[in-house]
Amino acid sequence: MSTTVAPPRPVYEPPAPTPPATPAPEFVPGAPPPAPLWADTWRGIAKENPVLVQMLGMCPTMAVTNVMANGIAMGLATTFVLVGSGLFVSLFRKYIAHEVRITSYILIIATFVTLADLLLAASFPEISKALGPFIPLIVANCLLLGRAEAFAAKVGPVRAVADGLGMGLGFTLSLSAMSAIRELLGRGSLLGIDVMGPHWEPWVFMVLPPGGFFTLGLLLITVAWVAELRRRRREALA
Amino acid sequence: MSNLAWIFVSTLVVNNFTLVMFLGLCSFFGVTAKIGTAWRLGLANTFVLIITAFSAWVLNTFVLVRTPYLRTIAFIVVIASAVQIVEMAVKKYFPVLFRQLGIYLPLITTNCAILGLALFQTSRHYTLSEGLVFALGAGFGLTLALSLLASIRERMEVADVPVVARRMGLVLVAASCLSLAFMGFAGMGSQ
Repeated sequence: MSTTVAPPRPVYEPPAPTPPATPAPEFVPGAPPPAPLWADTWRGIAKENPVLVQMLGMCPTMAVTNVMANGIAMGLATTFVLVGSGLFVSLFRKYIAHEVRITSYILIIATFVTLADLLLAASFPEISKALGPFIPLIVANCLLLGRAEAFAAKVGPVRAVADGLGMGLGFTLSLSAMSAIRELLGRGSLLGIDVMGPHWEPWVFMVLPPGGFFTLGLLLITVAWVAELRRRRREALA
Repeated sequence: MSNLAWIFVSTLVVNNFTLVMFLGLCSFFGVTAKIGTAWRLGLANTFVLIITAFSAWVLNTFVLVRTPYLRTIAFIVVIASAVQIVEMAVKKYFPVLFRQLGIYLPLITTNCAILGLALFQTSRHYTLSEGLVFALGAGFGLTLALSLLASIRERMEVADVPVVARRMGLVLVAASCLSLAFMGFAGMGSQ
């Protein structure tokens, strides 16, 4: 009669002391990958330029760019709203319920637009009069809601401000370029200073509404052309 | 011509919301790839525009008299709620139309034509009937512009254009020509 040898009883081992709890990196679905701050800013200026690449915020792009001063003022006002709303959307991101987020973002944006509207009316009344209802219309600029939803609601406040600044500067640069072309050809001046001389025959077409569509169309074709040239050069080198 | 009829014609063609005043360009370029979607979205917009005109008149007359600095915030909240109500109503009573419009229905909130209508109605001191006619003209003008550009784009699909102009560049130049045609109405009614 064979006896089965009982397996050695497991010896109780106290659990290894857990390492001091480090907060696990917070997981947010759809969050943008981590990037240095300068990359957050640069992205809006070049690679994801709101006007020339993403085609967002088209209404102010065309409506106010017939004179360069208006274009720059519009760009800076939008930058102010982008930075302010980005900061606050990011600060409140953990307290805003998912179902009411769009309304909450719109309210934050509308607050900053009202601020920008009143500030502009107080400090530059002529520009404020020339822009008219297009300053309050910044609320309906899809760029702002787009950045709040896609970026600011998913990252910390510092990155949100960097992104808002980059998007705003990219927007301002595109608006300045468009308004410079339109004012130079349509009035022969830049920022109100006569450039082309007394013999210049102004192209009235450029300051009229069709000129806005036309200028942006040609700018987009130029951007696509430069991208195509660079692609071809890369292929030739490879 | 009577005042109401003149407001209608003026917003429909002379100061067309999309092609001359540059309002609602996101949907103008975003949803005009197919003519079927284009005119349906135009009509949905018209409906929201009329509701907005009425709400803006109520706000201006009874609420914003003493607090004009709340104008932007009040308008956008009312528009967002109006779009939400329209969305629920369409979903319940016209489920087929709801599926066809899809994401574009909630996106009407950020259509600057809607907020622009409320703001222009305020700055021009329109009465209720004038505001409603203004909304109707703006909505039909929007539908007209969307359908025209959608027809042009459907034709351009089969055209042989250079690679660099294939994405949005050529569409913008086509919109420029369309806008130039509408400039022919400029000066009408100025006497």
